[in-house]
Amino acid sequence: MAVRISVKRFQLSISTSYQFLAPAAIIMAIALFFPLLYMVYGSFRAWDPSQTLSESEFIGFGNYTKLWFDATFWESVSVTLRFAISVVFFEMIIGVGLALMLDRNMRGMSFLRTLFILPMMIAPVVVGLMWRFVYHPTDGTFNRWLSTFGLDGVDWLGRHALLSVIVADIWQWTPFIFILALAALQSLPRSALEAARIDGASSWQLIVYIKLPLMMPVLIVTMLLRLIDAFKVLEVILVMTEGGPGLATEILALRISRTAQEFRELGEAAAMSNYLLLLLLFLTLGMLAFTRWQEARAEREGRRAEKEG
Amino acid sequence: MAERQHGDRQHPAFYALLVTLAFMSVGPVFLMFSNSFKIDIDIISGTSALFFIPTIQNYETALCDILWYEPDHLDFCSIRFGGAFINSIIIALISTALTLYIGCMAAYALVRFRFVGRDAVSLATLAVRMVPPAVLLVPVFGLWNNVFCIDKQTLVGAWVRDVFGGRGDVCLAGTHSGIILIYVAMNLPFVIWILQSFIVQVPRSLEEAARIDGAGPFQVFYRIVLPLIKPGLAAAAIFTFRIAWNEYLLASALADRDTKTVPILIVNNTSEFNIEWGMIMATGMLLALPPILFTLFASRQIITGMTAGAVKG
Repeated sequence: MAVRISVKRFQLSISTSYQFLAPAAIIMAIALFFPLLYMVYGSFRAWDPSQTLSESEFIGFGNYTKLWFDATFWESVSVTLRFAISVVFFEMIIGVGLALMLDRNMRGMSFLRTLFILPMMIAPVVVGLMWRFVYHPTDGTFNRWLSTFGLDGVDWLGRHALLSVIVADIWQWTPFIFILALAALQSLPRSALEAARIDGASSWQLIVYIKLPLMMPVLIVTMLLRLIDAFKVLEVILVMTEGGPGLATEILALRISRTAQEFRELGEAAAMSNYLLLLLLFLTLGMLAFTRWQEARAEREGRRAEKEG
Repeated sequence: MAERQHGDRQHPAFYALLVTLAFMSVGPVFLMFSNSFKIDIDIISGTSALFFIPTIQNYETALCDILWYEPDHLDFCSIRFGGAFINSIIIALISTALTLYIGCMAAYALVRFRFVGRDAVSLATLAVRMVPPAVLLVPVFGLWNNVFCIDKQTLVGAWVRDVFGGRGDVCLAGTHSGIILIYVAMNLPFVIWILQSFIVQVPRSLEEAARIDGAGPFQVFYRIVLPLIKPGLAAAAIFTFRIAWNEYLLASALADRDTKTVPILIVNNTSEFNIEWGMIMATGMLLALPPILFTLFASRQIITGMTAGAVKG
C-alpha cells in the first residue's frame, strides 16, 4: 500500500516532514521569534540589565514617547536614512553601470569577479580597521597622497565623517550589485537582444529599452536586499568613528547597542529596536507596493497600446 | 564555456578599466597586508608599501599566548589574542556544521511537503532576513542572562557548578553554546532559502526509485539528495561560516572573559587613542585569512550562493 502511494507521486508523509522540519523550527522559535516577542514586551518596561524582566516596572508607552520627543533620536534616524539611501543609490548606479559596461566576452573577467568578492567576505570589523587607517589624519594613505602633491590634509573622519563612512560602504558592497546585475544580464534572452540589434538599435537604445526593463525584477530584489543590509551596517562605522564626531555617524543600530551596553537602558533600547523594525517594514512594503503599482501601470499601458495598434 | 575562456578582442580601455577596478578592490587589503609586516615606526613614518624590511613581530605579539616559544621582543605577553582565535574557530565551525545539518533537513521538508507554499516561506525568510542583529541584541542579552538558565539548586545546575566552578545560576550567556545558538538561529533562514533552490532541481524520479528499492525517507535524504546538492551546501557553508566568523555585536553582548572572539578584541583595541597599528593589522589579517582563502578557492560557489537568492528565487 505504502509502496503504491509513493509510486503514484513521491511526497513525504506528514509525520516525516515534521521530523525533518522540527529541529529548525524549534531553534528558530526559541532563539529568533521568542526573543522578538520578548523585546516587544520589554519595550513597555523600565528595564535595567541587573533586573529580570518580571521585576521591572511597567511604564506603558513611556519609552516610546520619550524617544519620540528626543531630538538626538531623530538625528540618528536621519543619519541612518541618509546613510542607507545614499549608499544604495550610489552602489546601484555604479554596480549596474559597471555590469552593463563589462558584460562582454573578455579575458580576466572571472579573475576580476573573484577579486571583487573579497571586500564582502572580509569581516566588517577588519574593513573598518583598514579604512580607519586609510583615512588617518597624519599617517593615513589619503592624506599622505595629498601632501605629496603639496595639498593640505582633509579631516576625513572628522568634518566629513558621514561621507567617509559612505565611501567605505560603497567600496565594500558595490561588487554585490555588480555581480548580481552581471548574472541578470547574462541570463537575458539572446533572441530579444538579437532582434533589437537587427532592427538597428544603437547600444544605448539596447540598454535603455531592452536590457534595463528585462533586468528590472532582479534589480529590484537586489536593491531591496541591499537596502535591508544597509540598515545592518554597524561594525564598520563602530571601528571607523564610533558614531562620532558628536552624532554625525551614529546610525540607529549603533545607538541601540550603546543605549543597551553603555547607558544600560534596556527598555529604551528595545523601544528603539521596534522603531527600527517598523521603519524597515515600512520601507520594504513601500518599495514592494511601488513596484507592484509600476508593473500594473506598465501592463495597462501595454494593453492600451495593443488595442490602439 | 570554452568560448568564454578565450574571450573576444576588446578595446584596450576596457583592460585599463579592469586593472583599475582590480587595484581598487584589493588596494586596502594589500595595504593592511603590507602594514602587518612593518614595525610601528615604519607605519607612522610612511615607508613605502613595497620597500621595507618585513618582520613577523606583529604576528608574534598578537599570538604570544599560544606560541610554543617566547618572542625576543616581548617582555610580557599582555595581549592574548591566541585564545580568542581558538574561541572564534570553535564557534564558527560548530555553528556552521549545525546550521547546515538542521537547515538542509528543513529545506528538504519544505520543498517536498505539499501544504506549505514556497512563496509563503520565501516571504517569511525575507522577513526574518530583514531583522538587523542590533535588534536582537537587547532580547538576546536579557534572555541568555536571565531566562535560559538552569537553577544552581537543581541537580544538573549543581553538577555544572561543582565541575566548572563559578557562582550564580548556570546561564547560556558567557558560554560557547550561547553564542553558537544565536548564530545558528540567525543563519537558518538564509541557509534554508539557498538550499531550497538547489533541492528543487533534484529530480523526483531518483528519490522515487530509491523509495521503491526500499530505502526509508532518511536514507533517501542522506544517500540521494545530499550528494546531489553538494554545490549548494558548499555555498551555504561559506556564507554561514563568514557570518559566524565575522560577527561582533551579539558576541560582544554574550561573551565573557574566556569566550571572547577575535572581532571583540579588535574593536576593544581600536577604541583607544593610541592604536598599535602593526599588531592590530596583523590580527585583522589573521581574521581576514579564512575569508580570503575561500574567495580565492571557491569564488564560483560564492557567486552561485549570492545569485541563487536573487536571480533564481
